[in-house]
Amino acid sequence: MHSDPEAIRKSIRSYGIVGGLLLVFTAITVAVNRIHLAVPLAITVALIIAGMKGTMVASIFMHLSHEKKWIYGALLLTVVFFIVLLFLPLAAVSDTIGTPIQH
Amino acid sequence: MEIPYTVEPRPDTGLANGKLGIWLFLASEVMLFGALFSTYILLRVGAIEWPHGELSVKLGAINTVILICSSVTMVVAWAKLKLNDFAKGRLYVLVTVVLAAVFLVNKYFEYAEHLAKGEGPWHSTFFAIYFTLTGLHGLHIVGGIVVMLYLAGPGAGMWKSNPEQYANRVEYTGLYWHFVDLVWIFLFPVLYLL
Repeated sequence: MHSDPEAIRKSIRSYGIVGGLLLVFTAITVAVNRIHLAVPLAITVALIIAGMKGTMVASIFMHLSHEKKWIYGALLLTVVFFIVLLFLPLAAVSDTIGTPIQH
Repeated sequence: MEIPYTVEPRPDTGLANGKLGIWLFLASEVMLFGALFSTYILLRVGAIEWPHGELSVKLGAINTVILICSSVTMVVAWAKLKLNDFAKGRLYVLVTVVLAAVFLVNKYFEYAEHLAKGEGPWHSTFFAIYFTLTGLHGLHIVGGIVVMLYLAGPGAGMWKSNPEQYANRVEYTGLYWHFVDLVWIFLFPVLYLL
């Protein structure tokens, strides 16, 4: 974390630039949506742009680009469990995806 | 009794306790929203068809812009406090509160429009997951507003007694706020566009 006043003033400028970039990426997301791409491609493009925006917020606004190893360690564990959380339910029903639910 | 390591870093972690604490809290929040995103994926891939164009992209995009701007004002508030400019620091916190309130007002109009058409959570699987995800996110916005109002109001007295600790509190609130913004960055395309 910066404590030098000049470095903090530079950071404020970079926060403004990143904020502007986030707005541009939002506009791109909406514009791409109007093209009416095929659903798989639209999902891929939208999630890539959202991922880029998320990375900018986390690395610049949340200062993750220069944090202590304890925080990286905690986040690494979170990412591992988050991926498990996302895919475990899918794996459980992977053989029935696309088939109607029988009552 | 004085609480240790509120400003100076702990020798073993190199972090003030509050910093590690807020990151562990955010890790638990990732799992909370992760479970709901997982549910969304499960419901969507299991559905024969999924509705498109049910939500107002215009309102969703406006709310995205509002939250991005609020993230900028929140991080600038912290930077101003680190430059010993309390007045501007507090002003930026209050601007963040106003932006958060505008977000909620937009959300109110959006909800009211759908409910008036009978499109509540009971209407369909899509609206059930839409209200669950955005409702939980909205509660996080309300929580952020409460904390920021405390920091700009009664909690601001700490600036006189311990400015470093006060700046740290604003930083931790900011980390929470950026996370709320981060969640919306994914909610917007997932619910409004895809």
